Amino acid sequence: MWDQEIRQMASSHAIMASGVFMATVVPAVLVPGFSVYGTHLLWLYSVAGSVAVVNITLFWLLGVSPPTKKHTLTYKVSKLVRSCLYLFLSCLFFHTVVVLYGAPLLETALETFSLAVLLTSLTTLRCVCVLGPNVQAWIRVFSRHGAMSVWDTSLQMVVGCSVVGAWLGAFPIPLDWDRPWQVWPVSCSLGAVIGYLTGLVVAPTWIHWHRKHLTYKSK
Amino acid sequence: MKKLPILALLLWLCALFYVGIFLFVGGFLLVRLEVNRTSTCGDVLLPGGQQVDFCQAQPRFRRAVVLIIDALKIDFARFDRANKEPRPFENKLPVLEEITSSKPSHARLYPFRADPPTTTMQRIKGFTTGSLPTFIDVGNNFASSAILEDNLVHQLGEVGKRVVFMGDDTWENLFPKKFHRSMPFPSFNVKDLHTVDNGILQHLYNIMVGDDWDVLLAHFLGVDHCGHRFGPDHPAMADKLTQMDEVIRSVLDRLQNDTLLVVMGDHGMTDTGDHGGESQKETDAAIFLYSPSPLFPEPPSQSDPEVVPQTDLVPTLALLLGVPIPYSSVGQVLLPLFAPDAGAVGAAAGLSQAEALWINAKQVNRFLETYSSMAKDIPPESLSRLQADFTRLSNEYLSTVEQGFSPAPELVASLQRYLTSVRDTCRATWARFNPVKMAAGIAVLACACVLCYVLSEMSSALARESRLLRAPLVAAAVAGACVAASQLLARGNVDGPWALTAAALSSEALFLWRAWRVRRTVAADGEEPSPRRWWLTLPHFFLNPPLLVLLLRCASLLSDSYVIAEGRVVAFLLLSLSLYVPFRLNWDGLLLPPVHDPLKPAGLLPSPGLSLPAVRRESGTFLASLGVLAGCVYLSLWFHGCREEQGSCQPSLFLTPLSRLQDSRLKNLHYVLSLASLGAWTYALRRWLRHYGNLNSPGCAVFAARWVVPLLSVCLGLHWAVSATPEDSFRNLAELISVGQRALPMAAFSLLGLGLALLWLDPLTVFVKARAAVPVRSPVSHPPPRYRASTGVSPQAELHHLIPQLYQRMRRSLEDGEPASVPEGDGRPAVEAYGLGTVYSAPLVLLCGLLGLGLLLLHPEGMSLSFLLILLEMGAMLQIHASSATLNGLQGAPSGGFTVPWTPVVLWSLAATQFFHATGHLPTFPSIQWAAAFVGFPGGHTGTVLPASLVVLNTFSSNILFAVASPLLLFWPLVCEVRGVRGGGRGGEEVDDNAIMEMRLRESPRQFSSALLQLSTRYLFITGAQVFASVCAAAILRRHLMVWKVFAPKLMFEASGFLVSSVSVLAGVSLVLRVDLAVGRWFQRLLPDTSR
Ligand SMILES: [Zn+2]
Ligand SMILES: [Zn+2]
Repeated sequence: MWDQEIRQMASSHAIMASGVFMATVVPAVLVPGFSVYGTHLLWLYSVAGSVAVVNITLFWLLGVSPPTKKHTLTYKVSKLVRSCLYLFLSCLFFHTVVVLYGAPLLETALETFSLAVLLTSLTTLRCVCVLGPNVQAWIRVFSRHGAMSVWDTSLQMVVGCSVVGAWLGAFPIPLDWDRPWQVWPVSCSLGAVIGYLTGLVVAPTWIHWHRKHLTYKSK
Repeated sequence: MKKLPILALLLWLCALFYVGIFLFVGGFLLVRLEVNRTSTCGDVLLPGGQQVDFCQAQPRFRRAVVLIIDALKIDFARFDRANKEPRPFENKLPVLEEITSSKPSHARLYPFRADPPTTTMQRIKGFTTGSLPTFIDVGNNFASSAILEDNLVHQLGEVGKRVVFMGDDTWENLFPKKFHRSMPFPSFNVKDLHTVDNGILQHLYNIMVGDDWDVLLAHFLGVDHCGHRFGPDHPAMADKLTQMDEVIRSVLDRLQNDTLLVVMGDHGMTDTGDHGGESQKETDAAIFLYSPSPLFPEPPSQSDPEVVPQTDLVPTLALLLGVPIPYSSVGQVLLPLFAPDAGAVGAAAGLSQAEALWINAKQVNRFLETYSSMAKDIPPESLSRLQADFTRLSNEYLSTVEQGFSPAPELVASLQRYLTSVRDTCRATWARFNPVKMAAGIAVLACACVLCYVLSEMSSALARESRLLRAPLVAAAVAGACVAASQLLARGNVDGPWALTAAALSSEALFLWRAWRVRRTVAADGEEPSPRRWWLTLPHFFLNPPLLVLLLRCASLLSDSYVIAEGRVVAFLLLSLSLYVPFRLNWDGLLLPPVHDPLKPAGLLPSPGLSLPAVRRESGTFLASLGVLAGCVYLSLWFHGCREEQGSCQPSLFLTPLSRLQDSRLKNLHYVLSLASLGAWTYALRRWLRHYGNLNSPGCAVFAARWVVPLLSVCLGLHWAVSATPEDSFRNLAELISVGQRALPMAAFSLLGLGLALLWLDPLTVFVKARAAVPVRSPVSHPPPRYRASTGVSPQAELHHLIPQLYQRMRRSLEDGEPASVPEGDGRPAVEAYGLGTVYSAPLVLLCGLLGLGLLLLHPEGMSLSFLLILLEMGAMLQIHASSATLNGLQGAPSGGFTVPWTPVVLWSLAATQFFHATGHLPTFPSIQWAAAFVGFPGGHTGTVLPASLVVLNTFSSNILFAVASPLLLFWPLVCEVRGVRGGGRGGEEVDDNAIMEMRLRESPRQFSSALLQLSTRYLFITGAQVFASVCAAAILRRHLMVWKVFAPKLMFEASGFLVSSVSVLAGVSLVLRVDLAVGRWFQRLLPDTSR
């Protein structure tokens, strides 16, 4: 019964993944001296930007976000403002968490904040797109019976995979291999993006596999 | 509850771990005693009575050039003409072959066999002292790596030879200020192939042509680093060896007739380029000897050795250069370099073979006598055999010489045999890993870990069994005795370790079998769902996040980078696991209950008995504690020290003692901060005790809390002030200051001892207020009207933490279900007991507070901030544990008795490691804070036990604190329980029912004992698993470059940490059992036994 919805999700996920690839390939062609390690922050922001643009466009086109109660302009504007505020707060939140995990406080603040921006674009932005600027709903989604639709389930997976990927990305940092990707925050952002891509693949597959057992309370 | 069985079980577990550690360490860490005597020119007496000063005689060579090419394997040095397609490391040193074949009486190439451990530092020690250095040469000062044993460099310096050194800077640390000139280059970066070699080449030739040297030492590192980086089979190795070939050629060109050239490797390498172990590839280096003047008898004769042991270089070089052989050398002179007959070629030929051997044998015999009088590790029978040999040989030799004959070749051969057997005896004693012993240790440890896990998972079933330990102990005794007896019969002596192995393994096996049977009977009784096959539970075991974190932690011990970064790694894992807790709660829908949404069906709410404000409050507490925990973890990173491997690292400023701070403003700031945190520590302790009504009774423990703790902290503060006072500023008070430096710590130590003794004597902190209406024989007499004012119990505390109606409850339960019809005058309880709800945790908290202050005394002053963090983090973790237990319990999730889940226990032990680092410690020997031994003893000690134990207490203080406090994990949810229920706003009766806090434990003593057993076995399992991991790391990576720098010290610290932690866990558990005993007695006194 959800075949169509799953197919829709798979194709949109394919577009999102190709967005990440484009964000890596296009600057490599256009910008001289571009490389994922060398000009890491550039790559990072290009990925974050493309993920943001693709996500917002796709979810807007698909109309997944919760139905708005009012259609007045002020309501829409306030919603937009709140979304931006939450995104910014989420950047700060991620920055704090990363610093608590042991990132240097001052020396690499810019790099750390860029990682926080990337994480926000991979996780919080999707939350905003799927659930709207509603923190309660975000927290609710991450519980066992919290998912109310296939999109919620895929949100759980993509966000989980991205965060776990960033977490795993911290593991090679202490090793004394002296590789360019061990420099802060390359491995973490690579881990997050790889986790994100994994999540994009895993979510439709898993949902397709378990479509017989999935039940959602409402929607 | 059963007290002795629990203690016995824990003791037995600890003993198993100790046996495993002992076995492994005995097989892995080779130990040798250093002899701190030096040879002098006067000792070396030629036979025949000529009283010539040995050092004045004309030596065979005036000068020597020693080129050490690190890791010059014998395969690299050989040249094979037939080999048409040489691999990168083959046939790259043709110069050696050219010389040996063109000038056979001038040069020789031998394999040069090193003794394990084949690491550079041990090898340098080996071929300068002539001994067999092990990992621990007892007598060596851990704090500095300088060689204190007699050695060739020292002897050369004594006779005035100018030793010029260039190359690997390890030498500079081993021989500080011993060289005439020294040009060290950094050796640390293994990836750097050229710095050291190029540095040497800049100076080598200039110095050689000059005349400002007698012995020239050059240590090239490129070949070794190339091996570590690329392995031998790599073009880079070919380049490096070719470069060495050129170096040797250039040196040969500049040699003069009175100079000896030695080109040698310190060890070989495996096919992957590593070394450290005992395989032939690692031990067989090359040695090339050359002199422009004829050196050897013309053709390589039969007397030429096939392999030259590395120890032989020292006596050979010493006698060729005319210096005494270093005292501890066990080497044997290399005979081909000495003339076969005395006086055959004249004085320039130096000593004859027989003379050299005789001097050598006398020196070795003297060393053997000295060593065997100091240490007993050489077997006595071989010692007496060697002694007899020497006496016979020396008589024979002396009589031959006196008669004027030259010694017979047979005598030379027997002298050689004597020297070889001495070396072999020493080698068998010192320089050999014992893989069988290591394997036995690993097996015992692995079984002990499994046993701990099984015990913790089946504690309730196993605690019910009676005489659980008898069979394993009997089996251990029988097996140990059998092995000992068979050894006695077969070989005549008992080898302790093997009997221990047999005992430990058999008792472990028997216990596991017993546990297996218990499990099957439990399953058959249908009390528990039938157990799955054990291999099916394995993935479950590893996917359990706390255990996954433990697994990661153990795996991290196998990598040197992670061991070096351990402090941060542990903080990372700790934070990850603690962030997992709220995630998990939220996943189960327990953390933030959903706002009541009219759109949603109410069926989503998990439990009908849920009260929203209570959950909210509990969640708030939970999140706040989590924030505190995260903050503590982050702040603790500021107190780390630095290892030498961490390049650009600044040790924490707080680790500097106040007396060494120059800036007086900074000093004052530090002092004030330290005092503030000391005050906060004391205040927090008293505040907690008072809050729960534990500061009211006139007992001993309360006396300790009210007087000893504050006095102790005052002592500490004064001690800091006194020790920080600069000596020159208060000259007239100097005497007072020195008295204070001695007396204040002493006073603190005695206060600590007093407090601990009081706590053990009477750990009860319960205050009973009897109401006059009931004829109860109250144990304490007190004036009821005044107590409130004098103790300052707040009315709020009285309301919340008073245990009403407890008397009736206990009486009812004691009267075996007899319906209680106690006459009550006004409906209020007959006896009110203050502090009964925290009767178990209060003494533990107090013990922690006292111990913390005592341990803080051994640290630099700035560490008091870190100790405050320990207290905060402990509180936060306990609160997180309690809140999540409450949240689980409030919403209907089943709570299995008093079981403490894995997560808090893993967090707890991770925090112990985290604060090991955050109190400025590191798992390396140079970072041990020796200053701790002199706290209160500024003049030093006479014995070694007291300073050693002070240093151990200092090093493992966080392990001690966390291990002692671990039973709090069991009590804290009970302590916090009352609040959640009160907030729930249930009926009054239920409050009374629930407000009995830790008295629940007395209601179900069996569950109490099984939970206590479970908690302690879990803690032991976690620490034991870490020991097991570091043991495995040391065993697997014993060839690793870093084994003696990283893994072996880590193993030592982990093992001693386990020892200290296990003893502290036992102390904590026995305090709990002591309190239980006291509470039992107290109830007996309180209740006149009317029933029976
Ligand atoms: Zn070496
Ligand atoms: Zn090496």
